[in-house]
Amino acid sequence: MTPALLVLVFVVLGPVLGGLLAGADRIVSARMQGRVGPPLLQPFYDVGKLFQKRVRRVNPVAEPLLIGHVVFMALAGVLVIGGGDLIFAMFVLALAALFLVLAAGSADSPYSNVGAERELVVLLASEPFFILMMAAICKVTGESTFSGVMDSPVRVAVELPGALLAFLFVITIKLRKSPFDISTTHHHPHQELVRGLTSDLSGRQLGWVELAHWYECALLAVFVVLFFNWSAPLGILAFVVAYGLEVLVDNSTSRAKWQLVLRSAWAVTLVLAGGNLLALYVVGV
Amino acid sequence: MSYLRRSPWILHYDGSSCNGCDIEVLACLTPLYDVERFGVVNTGNPKHADILLVTGSVNERNIEIIQNLHRQMPDPKVVVAVGACAVSGGIFARAYNVQGGIDQVIPVDVYAPGCAARPETIIDAVIAGIGVLERKRKVSA
Repeated sequence: MTPALLVLVFVVLGPVLGGLLAGADRIVSARMQGRVGPPLLQPFYDVGKLFQKRVRRVNPVAEPLLIGHVVFMALAGVLVIGGGDLIFAMFVLALAALFLVLAAGSADSPYSNVGAERELVVLLASEPFFILMMAAICKVTGESTFSGVMDSPVRVAVELPGALLAFLFVITIKLRKSPFDISTTHHHPHQELVRGLTSDLSGRQLGWVELAHWYECALLAVFVVLFFNWSAPLGILAFVVAYGLEVLVDNSTSRAKWQLVLRSAWAVTLVLAGGNLLALYVVGV
Repeated sequence: MSYLRRSPWILHYDGSSCNGCDIEVLACLTPLYDVERFGVVNTGNPKHADILLVTGSVNERNIEIIQNLHRQMPDPKVVVAVGACAVSGGIFARAYNVQGGIDQVIPVDVYAPGCAARPETIIDAVIAGIGVLERKRKVSA
């Protein structure tokens, strides 16, 4: 497929994939708790409803920031798929996340503000790894674009098993799964922060956040495919297995303190991904 | 097509309930009744909610809180009074600090009687509430 076609596929099908994943997630979670659970398309009904509700605007800046959040999240995916520089795309991804922090921080609600502060901690825990991961992928393949890595004869997951394991750890944070859902939650009523980041967002404002999250999920799937660059179906299978593990972890752990999130994320990613790179380029395994 | 029907998010507020109705509301979320089948989510946040579920009667101390929660919910929205106390004040109706049912302070759309209201009654009331929600959307659109 040409890059332009791939970009179109991502922009249109990315949220569809993300929404279906969220729906499957809710069904599997319900089954783990002995319930039947909602229909597969429930996340689409939810977002459809949010766009039909009136908006309770708490200030004039929140909504433009949220639209920025969606646009830059989609742009990060477009850059990755469309042949942009992979490491640059990681900075765009971080910028997208920052828009959400700004939107939540702009509200007067203390829940929203605590959510924004914790989201910054979450970004501090996860973003350095994404840049390290992309740098590692670019280093082992000698390429800096999506198509370059996919066409490379080097098998990324074989060269970077440590980085792949660290990625599994970090997506728990990115997917907002327990025990790392310190800043906001999707459907579990963690009342401590009400809804954290999204406490003060109503109607379509919350819809934008969900949409951006679907793009983010699709982008994470693309990253897993990058690791399995010799076989895209294997990469997609690996992502499904990883997501299943995330749901299991989500349902069997309770929320951690932010200190634990930050320390464990840095320790795990530094030891696994950093150790992986050291073994490759310093020790020369 | 209306998605309101398929995704009613609930805010549960305990006025001055004895907790009997609250336990029945929570029972609706358990595997036995599992209201998430209908897309119902207990949000705990008025700004995300479509249906305000109130248990217990209104007293002097919670008038403002109930009105404030109701104001914070974005339109269209529906109020369901759950249990005898929320409907009319119940056995506490003539207590010195009790104002009566929820409809004394905010407009109520659906009344779910019972002491305590049974989970089946609460689910029926929520489903009736979805119908009201849909009508309100058509009127405002």
